Amino acid sequence: MSKQEWPLYEVFIRSKSGLSHRHAGSVHAADDQMALDNARDTYTRRSEGVSLWVVRSDRIIASDPAETAAFFEPAEDKIYRHPTFYEIPDGVENL
Amino acid sequence: MNREQALLAYTLRLADNALILSQRMVEVVAAGPELEEELANANLALDFIGQARMLYTHAGHLEGRGRSEDDFAFMRDEHEFRNLLLLEQPNGHFGDALVRQYLFEAFYLHLLESLTQCADPGLADIAARAVKEVKYHLRHCSKWLIRLGDGTELSHERVQTSLDEAWRYTGEMFEVDEVDEVMQSEYAGPDLVAIRALWQSEVTATVAEATLTLPGEQWMASGGKRGQHSEHLGFLLAEMQYLQRSFPGATW
Repeated sequence: MSKQEWPLYEVFIRSKSGLSHRHAGSVHAADDQMALDNARDTYTRRSEGVSLWVVRSDRIIASDPAETAAFFEPAEDKIYRHPTFYEIPDGVENL
Repeated sequence: MNREQALLAYTLRLADNALILSQRMVEVVAAGPELEEELANANLALDFIGQARMLYTHAGHLEGRGRSEDDFAFMRDEHEFRNLLLLEQPNGHFGDALVRQYLFEAFYLHLLESLTQCADPGLADIAARAVKEVKYHLRHCSKWLIRLGDGTELSHERVQTSLDEAWRYTGEMFEVDEVDEVMQSEYAGPDLVAIRALWQSEVTATVAEATLTLPGEQWMASGGKRGQHSEHLGFLLAEMQYLQRSFPGATW
C-alpha cells in the first residue's frame, strides 16, 4: 500500500468574538472537513477559540523572500505615512 | 426492583459503557494512523473517561455505601460490569474500531438527549454536559465512515466487513429489561423504541452516503447488560485493573 502524505492546511483561530482570526499553526488532513476536525482537536483543546478557519497551504499566495527588499523596504523611510503629526487632545486615551 | 435500585443499576450501565469504550480507545493511543487522528482519538477517549468518572461518582452517592469512582472502575469483576457487548469487542483495524464507535455514538447521542429530560437531576446534568461532547463524536465518526466507505475500493470493502461484523452487537442497545422499564416509568427515562427509530434513520442515511450496504435482519448477541460478557472483557479488565489490584490505593 502506498504511503501518501496528506495535504497541509493552515489553521486560523478567532479567540473571541470581535477579534480577528490569527494564524495558529498547521495540520495534515485528507479533505477540508477533516482539516477542520483536526484543527479543532489539535488547537482548541484548551478553549482557545470560538471560530476556526482552515485553508490548504498550497492555496495561499505568499510574498517571495527574495523580493523582501523591493517589497518592504521602500516603506521604511516614509515616516509621513504614520499618523504621528497630529496633536492629541488631552483625555483621549485610545487613538 | 424498586426505583432507587433501578436508577443505580442504570447509572452504572452508562458508566460502564463509557469506561469500557474509553479503555478500548486508549489501547490504540500512540498507534494512530496520523498524528492528527491520534490526537482526535485521545480527545474522544478522554471525553468518555470524564463521563465515566461523573457517572461512577453519582452512582456512589446513589448507593450510599461510600464506594468511590475508583472502587467501581478497578475493584469490580467481569460479571459485575454491565456495558454493552459491542463496546468490549477488540479494536481490530482502524475501520473496525471506527464502526464500533460510530454505531454506539449514534445510539448514545439520542439516549443522552433523552436523559437530559429525566427526573433524576444528577443524571440529567451529566447528560447535558455529555451531549455536547457526543454531538462532536458522532460528527467525527460519521465523516470517517463516509470517507472510508466512499473512499477506495479497498477501504470500502474493509469497512463493509467491519459493519457486517459489528452489526450483531447492535440489537442489545435496544433490549428493554426491568431496569429500563422502571427507569422509563419512574424517572421519565429514555424510550428505547423511539430511540431505535432515531438510530435506524441516522445509521441508514450515513451508511447510504458512505455507499455501504446496511446489514439485514439477523441473530443478535446480547448479555452485557446482564453481566454476561464475551471472552474479551476479562483481558481488558486484567490490563486496566492490574495496578490497583496489585497495589491497592496506589497513587502518584
